[in-house]
Amino acid sequence: MALRGRFEEEIKVLLSKLTDLCNFADKALNRSITALEQYDVDAALEIMDDDAKADLLYEEINDQAIILIAKQQPVATDLRKIIMTIKIATDIERIADFAENIAKSTIRLGKKPDGMMDAFIKIKKMQEISSEMLMDSLKAFIDEDIHLAKQVADKDDEVDHLYSQTIQELFQLNQQGAGNISEIIQLLFTCRSLERTADHITNIAEDVFYLVKGKHYDLNE
Amino acid sequence: METNVLTKSELIFSVNDLNLWYGETYALKNINMEIEKNKVTAIIGPSGCGKSTFVKTLNLMVNTTPNVKISGEIMFRGENLITKKRDLVDLRKNIGMVFQKGNPFPQSIFDNVAFGPKIHGLRNKQEIEQLVEKSLKDVALWDEVKDRLKDPALGLSGGQQQRLCIARALATKPDVLLMDEPTSALDPISTAKIEDLIIQLKEKYTVVIVTHNMQQAARISDKTAFFLNGEVIEFDHTDNIFSTPNDKRTEDYISGRFG
Repeated sequence: MALRGRFEEEIKVLLSKLTDLCNFADKALNRSITALEQYDVDAALEIMDDDAKADLLYEEINDQAIILIAKQQPVATDLRKIIMTIKIATDIERIADFAENIAKSTIRLGKKPDGMMDAFIKIKKMQEISSEMLMDSLKAFIDEDIHLAKQVADKDDEVDHLYSQTIQELFQLNQQGAGNISEIIQLLFTCRSLERTADHITNIAEDVFYLVKGKHYDLNE
Repeated sequence: METNVLTKSELIFSVNDLNLWYGETYALKNINMEIEKNKVTAIIGPSGCGKSTFVKTLNLMVNTTPNVKISGEIMFRGENLITKKRDLVDLRKNIGMVFQKGNPFPQSIFDNVAFGPKIHGLRNKQEIEQLVEKSLKDVALWDEVKDRLKDPALGLSGGQQQRLCIARALATKPDVLLMDEPTSALDPISTAKIEDLIIQLKEKYTVVIVTHNMQQAARISDKTAFFLNGEVIEFDHTDNIFSTPNDKRTEDYISGRFG
């Protein structure tokens, strides 16, 4: 085995757990939007129950990272990789929480909302862009690819744009008296969760820059 | 923006185009380094990279090895050590050295520390006693040995012996203390004491330390030089070397991927 071969193996295990957490959060986000669109309360309850799995994975990643630092005393890029893994796991765990929040909104809707098709289309689009950003951000981190990280951060603008459009439309619906106020509020919450999801993914893109360059970059300007 | 231009008063050594051969073996290759006063400079690198040779060149101890040939400059106090003929005893009074393993003389604790000052002509008993006390206090050994100064130095523990050797080096009031792996034979507690001591010593002295312990270099030094195959690959602030080294070979070495 090459020098530090065991360390490389342990890093791979850590990153594989981070990938599991990322896949989990992505799936939860996707499922939460589908449950909202279809007013599927059972699916929403399941998403809420499942959140404990994300918490468990998050704790495992933290524990393993701390053991790895204690045992291997990494420096430079190796150390940044482990510290950034902990930080990224925190961002992804938060994204899983947003999926849970969206599931709660589904339950609070009380019925399938009518006449909000445009808002739903935009909400779905926000989720699709966020999912793509999430998976790309993880790939950028594992491959130490700052170009991909920059592309991820740039997509945050698309989500922000959709967010402000949807908010405006929902306000207009309210002013026109066209929708139920509690339904509009739940959709506003959902939009907010998706907009925050994209912000957390932008943090991950910034972490990729820090990993590679050893300097802090603000990609959220 | 930090400036890299140092005035001459901030430098203790200015090493320019230093080359050294052991017979046919080219051991130091065109070394250029400026070593700052009152700083700890760590020299790291794999075995056989020339780091000990470099440190032993700074007080010309390397000249004791047969067939050594040196070219270039080591400017110290305005003189090139390599070309200037000077009294080696006097030079080593100014540039003290501590080795891997404590090597006290088979004499009392007191006589070990008093040895240097006496060689250099100090005769006043009271002054010698004061100097011994001060040197032992500087290395935080005084409280442990003050009641047994006449005991043999070889009866001390490994860590105490090493601190005694540092006290012996300090008793001649040097400008520089060269240390060649001073803690590699010590337990973690003794190592921690020596490391604390090195950080305190830089208030009064300049320290150049060779170490195989990466974490030690990271903990105690202000600047670090990475040597490989007789060359300085990178010489920078220690924080930079251990967080964002410029050269991939430095990163691979400090990350334990070779060496």
